Amino acid sequence: MARRSVSMLNRLLANRPSPFTALSRSITYMPRPGDGAPRTVTLIPGDGIGPLVTGAVEQVMEAMHAPVHFERYEVLGHMRKVPEEVIESVKRNKVCLKGGLATPVGGGVSSLNMQLRKELDIFASLVNCINVPGLVTRHENVDIVVIRENTEGEYSGLEHEVVPGVVESLKVITKFCSERIARYAFEYAYLNNRKKVTAVHKANIMKLADGLFLESCREVAKHYPGITYNEIIVDNCCMQLVAKPEQFDVMVTPNLYGNLVANTAAGIAGGTGVMPGGNVGAEHAIFEQGASAGNVGNDKIVEQKKANPVALLLSSAMMLRHLRFPTFADRLETAVKQVIQEGKYRTKDLGGDCTTQEVVDAVIAALE
Amino acid sequence: MSRQSLSLLKNLRSIATGSKIQTRSVTYMPRPGDGKPRPVTLIPGDGVGPLVTNAVEQVMKAMHAPVYFEPFEVHGDMKSLPEGLLESIKKNKVCLKGGLKTPVGGGVSSLNVNLRKELDLYASLVNCFNLPGLASRHENVDIVVIRENTEGEYAGLEHEVVPGVVESLKFCSERIAKYAFEYAYLNNRKKVTAVHKANIMKLADGLFLESCQEVAKKYPSIAYNEIIVDNCCMQLVARPEQFDVMVTPNLYGNLVANTAAGIAGGTGVMPGGNVGAEYAVFEQGASAGNVGKDTTEEQKNANPVALLLSSAMMLRHLQFPSFADRLETAVKRVIAEGNCRTEDLGGNSTTQEVVDAVIANLD
Repeated sequence: MARRSVSMLNRLLANRPSPFTALSRSITYMPRPGDGAPRTVTLIPGDGIGPLVTGAVEQVMEAMHAPVHFERYEVLGHMRKVPEEVIESVKRNKVCLKGGLATPVGGGVSSLNMQLRKELDIFASLVNCINVPGLVTRHENVDIVVIRENTEGEYSGLEHEVVPGVVESLKVITKFCSERIARYAFEYAYLNNRKKVTAVHKANIMKLADGLFLESCREVAKHYPGITYNEIIVDNCCMQLVAKPEQFDVMVTPNLYGNLVANTAAGIAGGTGVMPGGNVGAEHAIFEQGASAGNVGNDKIVEQKKANPVALLLSSAMMLRHLRFPTFADRLETAVKQVIQEGKYRTKDLGGDCTTQEVVDAVIAALE
Repeated sequence: MSRQSLSLLKNLRSIATGSKIQTRSVTYMPRPGDGKPRPVTLIPGDGVGPLVTNAVEQVMKAMHAPVYFEPFEVHGDMKSLPEGLLESIKKNKVCLKGGLKTPVGGGVSSLNVNLRKELDLYASLVNCFNLPGLASRHENVDIVVIRENTEGEYAGLEHEVVPGVVESLKFCSERIAKYAFEYAYLNNRKKVTAVHKANIMKLADGLFLESCQEVAKKYPSIAYNEIIVDNCCMQLVARPEQFDVMVTPNLYGNLVANTAAGIAGGTGVMPGGNVGAEYAVFEQGASAGNVGKDTTEEQKNANPVALLLSSAMMLRHLQFPSFADRLETAVKRVIAEGNCRTEDLGGNSTTQEVVDAVIANLD
C-alpha cells in the first residue's frame, strides 16, 4: 500500500501548477486613461551579434503587441563618434535599447559605449545577477545587484604620454559622482526591499581616491538606517564572490571594480548571456545586456547565428517596466524563464546547441 | 516506503496551505529620485472608515513606504465637501478614502458621488478574484468590473431626445469603453463583456453598446461580447469563469460589482479604485458606501483587507511596485493561513489583530 501511495503522491505533486503561470494574473493594477499609448524607443543594433539579439527583441515585442515602437539607428564601433542624430533621438525618447558596440583595442578611438554614457550623463550601470530557475550553476542562492559608477574613475579616458615610454593614466574620483552613485544605490535598495548595500573599494592603497568614494557612501548610509551598510576590499570581494556569494545583496562600486565584479557575479549566476541590466541617468535610460555589454561575440557565433538573446530579452523586460508597462514585462519574463527552465532551447553558452531564432520562437510560443 | 510518502505528504500540505506564497522577484531599474515620498490625501470617513484607514496607515508605516497622508475630516451628513479637500486632491492627484455614509432620503446628495463628479473620476474599477485559502462556493473567479461613474441614472430620460443629452451620454460611454479596452490591453486580459438592457432601454443602452462596439474594432485581439443584465446576474452565479473584464453603465455596474465581489469572497476583501484623466481615488472595491453596522464599529472587527489591497493598488499607481508586492503578499499570506480573519470571513478577530498579522508577515 505504501508503494501505491508514493506513486499517487508523486502524481499529485507533479500536477501542481507551474510557479510561473500564477504570476500574470495575480496583481491588480489600475492604469490611468491613456497609459496604453505606444512609446517610442531608440534602437541601436550595434556590431557583431548586436543586430541578431536586437532583432530577437523586436520579434518578441511584436508578438506581444507591446505598445512600443523602435527608431533604429546604425552605429558601428569603429565610427569616430556617436552620430548627432542618435543622441538627439535618445534625448527625445528618453529610453534606448542597444546591442553591443565593439571597442577596438588601442588605435586611439575612444569607446562609443562610454561616449554615449558620458554625453547623456548616464551615471549608474545596474546588473542583476540572479540564479535562473532550471539553469544549473556551481553557486546557489545568488541574487546580487551590482551598481557601478559609469562616468569617471579609471575609465575617464584621460591618458597621456609624459615622455616616450612613460604613460600616465588618470583615475578621477569626485565627491559629486560618488555621492550620486551612492544615493542611487541606497535608493534602489530602499525601493526594492533590499537589506544590505556593500561598497567595494581599494582604499588601503588608493587612500585618497577610493577614500573619497567610501566617505560619500558612508554619508548616504546615514540617511537609510533600515539598510545595512558594509565595505569590502576588492580583492577579498572577488574571493568572497566565488566562495560565498549569498552574503552579497546590493553592491556599489566605482567604475573599474564594477566592471570586474559585475562580470564575476554574472558568471557565477549563469553567465553573461542571461543577466539583464541597464544604465540610467537623471533623465535617460539605456538598456543593454547586463554585464560585458561591449562583448559583441566572435565571428563564428555571428555566422552560425547562435548568440544568446536571453540577456537582452530580460533587459527589454526591465525596459518595459521602466516605461510603465508592468504586465507586458511580466509576460515576457515569465515566457523567457519558462523556456530556460524547460531546458530544450538553449544556446551554446548555456550548454545547448540552438540558434538564436529557435530560442526566440520558443519564447514567443511560451507567451500567454 | 511509508517514510517517503510522509515527506511527500508534508510537501503537498505546505503547498496546499499556501505557506509558500513568495514575494515576486522582478528586476526594476528606478530613475534617480524615484524614492521621494509622495503625499496622498486621506479621508477616513464614517462608521468603520476611520478603523480601516488607520489599518492602512499602520501598515504603510511598518513598511516605511515613501507615502505620507494628509487627512481630512469628511462625514456623510455634511452638506458639501469641506474647504481645502478638493485642492488637496488636485495637488496630490491621489486619494485614499474610507466610506462616506449616504443618508436615506432627506435631500442630502451623496458625497461619494459628489467627489467623483467634481474630480471627473469617470471609471470605477473592482477586481473580484478568489483569494488563495478563502473558500467560496465559486472557483476560478477573476473578474474586473469597470463601471461608468458619473452619469447613468442622473442623465438620459429615455423619451427626452435632446441633442445635449444624447451627446453627453455618447461622450461618457465612449470614454468608459476606451478605458475598459485599454485596461484589458495593458493587463493581458482576453475578453471584454458589455452589460446592458438595450432590449428595453433601446436608446440609452443602445448608445452605450454602439460606443463599445466602436472601440472594440480598434482592439482586434481582444474578444468582445454583450450580455443583458438579467442574464448576466444569473450567469455570474452559475458560471462566473466565463467573465473577464466587464464594462457597464453606472446602474448595472453597482449591482454587478457587488454580486461579483460576493461570489469571490465578499466585499470585505475586494480591492478597487476610481480613476479619471487626472486623479485617482482608492477605496474599498465594491459597496464603498457601506460603512458597517454599529456593532461592527463598536467591536472594532471591520475587515481591513479590502482597503489594504486597494492601498497596494495605490502604491502601484504611485509607481512603488516593490512595496505594493510586499503588502499584497503579506495580506494574502494572512488570509491563506486562515487563523486571523474577521467576522465576515468566518473568523472572530478584530481589525487590529489582522493588522498585526499583516505587519508580522511583511518581508
